[in-house]
Amino acid sequence: MEGTTKAVSIPAGRDKWNHYIDSLKFALYCITHPLDGFWDLTHERRGTMAAANTILFLTILVRILKLRYTSFLFMKVYWEDLNIFLYIASILFPLALWVIGNWGLTTLFDGKGRLGQVYMATCYALTPYPLIQFPLMIFSHFVTIDEAEFYAMLSVISLIWAAFLVVAAMGQIHEYSAGKNILFTIASLFAMLVMIFILMIFFSMISQGVAYFVSLVKEILFRL
Amino acid sequence: MRLKNLFIRTAAVLLSAAAVFLMTEPVTVTAKEEYGYTYNYDYWGDVQEGPDLYSVCKVFTSADLKLDQKLNNPQGLYAHGDLLYLCDSGNNRIIEIRRVSPEKLEVNRIIDSFNGPVEVTTFQNPTDLAVSEEGEFFIADQGNARILKLDKDLNYMMQFDKPVDNTLDPKIAFQPKKIVIDTAGRVYCVAAGINKGLVKYEADGTFSGFVGATRVSFDWTDYIWKRFATQEQRARMESFVPTEYDNAYMDYEGFIYACAGSLKPDDLRNGTVDAVRKLNLMGNDILVRNGDWDVLGDLYWGYGGGYEGPSYFTDVTVMDNDIYVCLDRNRGRLFGYDDQGRIVFCFGGNGNMDGYFRRPAAIEHIGHELYVVDSLDCALTVFVPTEFGNLVYSAIEEFDEGHYEASGEAWEEVMRLNGNYDLAYIGIGRSLLRQERYEEAMKYFELKYDEENYSKAYKQYRKIWVEEHIGWIVAVILILFLVPLGIGRVRKVKNEIDTSDYFLRKKNG
Repeated sequence: MEGTTKAVSIPAGRDKWNHYIDSLKFALYCITHPLDGFWDLTHERRGTMAAANTILFLTILVRILKLRYTSFLFMKVYWEDLNIFLYIASILFPLALWVIGNWGLTTLFDGKGRLGQVYMATCYALTPYPLIQFPLMIFSHFVTIDEAEFYAMLSVISLIWAAFLVVAAMGQIHEYSAGKNILFTIASLFAMLVMIFILMIFFSMISQGVAYFVSLVKEILFRL
Repeated sequence: MRLKNLFIRTAAVLLSAAAVFLMTEPVTVTAKEEYGYTYNYDYWGDVQEGPDLYSVCKVFTSADLKLDQKLNNPQGLYAHGDLLYLCDSGNNRIIEIRRVSPEKLEVNRIIDSFNGPVEVTTFQNPTDLAVSEEGEFFIADQGNARILKLDKDLNYMMQFDKPVDNTLDPKIAFQPKKIVIDTAGRVYCVAAGINKGLVKYEADGTFSGFVGATRVSFDWTDYIWKRFATQEQRARMESFVPTEYDNAYMDYEGFIYACAGSLKPDDLRNGTVDAVRKLNLMGNDILVRNGDWDVLGDLYWGYGGGYEGPSYFTDVTVMDNDIYVCLDRNRGRLFGYDDQGRIVFCFGGNGNMDGYFRRPAAIEHIGHELYVVDSLDCALTVFVPTEFGNLVYSAIEEFDEGHYEASGEAWEEVMRLNGNYDLAYIGIGRSLLRQERYEEAMKYFELKYDEENYSKAYKQYRKIWVEEHIGWIVAVILILFLVPLGIGRVRKVKNEIDTSDYFLRKKNG
């Protein structure tokens, strides 16, 4: 919008593609320079929605690939009970809750980020997950149970890194100070819980309502 | 002529027996599929039904044993050579049975009194018995609060009385339930109301302490409650005490297997108490628990068929191949575990049919045959291994003897008969591992999620692979270093050429 630096004009064709690749590469800059990177992500318009979607897609893809291609030493899957859609939702649902909860709260307390930007920054912050987990998946086939510590440690690092990036990104997007940022991170988590609670009430009420009409119809049919 | 007749008759009997055998077998197979008599738990804890490892050879009732007085609440069983001693507790006597063959048990003699300079020379509710190498009898004479030692002609030698220990309540009568003896003549006794472990007596009759108390389950929330409770409240709360054992068995190596049945389900589930323990001389538990599941019998304790709760191990017996069989009083089942604590078989159930029980009390073995006493049915059930059972045993025993290839072949056959038998896959894998066929072994271990053995095989496989391909590995590393170096150099030269005055001038004309 009123960007102070030379705003990237809407590119077309090959330029568009280059811009997409650049924005994807920018994820690598973000994860190593979180404060600087996430500032530029929105303020300098270095990030794109397409790249954010790509990273999210890669995250889900790697998570699914892990199921099948990680060595059984680290991941034993009871295939009979696996629901792939629920498994995908286990990433998408918390992500959606986080994005909406965070935006909903921060928008009331002069957070500068918009909904789309919160989503984009969160997706960019997920980059370490596919970046580490994919090589780790291949690595898992070359270790024995005695060397499992390496695997576990790297796996935990990828998660902690991503979590740290999410928090850092929110601070930059909303132009918050460190203290305020942490406060709103915790508040957002509570907002997620509240939303889950409301959703549960909502669905249980809907199902009870439906059950009421079903029983009503049954009763009428029975009397006819 | 008579000889010929006899020959023909025998041949006819044999033929008809063979015909019956062949005809009945398919029938029993379908019956098994319906009832799921024998099963096992796989890695995921799913029940995998399989062929029987044991079949009922015969059920001996009082009539089959030709007893004039019917059995009444038999409690104990002890095997010594080919002799079985059955404690007919309700009739205050012990029945010595000779095992001619699994189908033929003959009563040798009935022991209901002994000679000796003591007031009471009869038994009162004898619940267990043990026989030493020399043939001396040790009898838990529960009603008379003593453990008797008799010589082989039933002459009184000595007796073991209530232990002199000031932690024991003097008012409570001594009730020895089960006894085991070691080769040195020491006696270990499971007594009702004593929860400090097994009561240990030296050979000369002196009490020398308690061995191997069960673990105390400890709940920290209870502990916090107790801190805030008053003296009276505390007295009414459950105290953290060990549970008493139900039974014990001494294996051929001199280790005592002790089982406790009355355990709290939560503690059992959390693994804070043990249903079976293997005690060394110090009384420490050395039972190996490497299986996918703890040694606790059934995994699912929900209500079904009138029974619920965990398995209640009332007796245990240990075969010479280190397979120990636990008897579950709750659901009338037998659970066999191997030396690694993996389930070999589970079978049985509650009921009136052959091979089912109403209140099983004791289990013993002669060779691979299993003898189970039911105290309510007053019957002795004899189980003999089936072809499948014998295959499993031979596979395990061949491995223990170091005949790894033979063991592997036996496991292959087991796998062919029952593809859902996890031990077979692991057995084949272990056999291949010993034959240094690591890559194949890995495949089998992976199929059944055996991490430890897989890692063992993989470690060797990886080592060999690296040793074989060391040349390639070095080459690849060198290339990875040299190529960027070379590219850098080429670029530098190219850059120098491009920017050198000579060429620039030439280009510009």
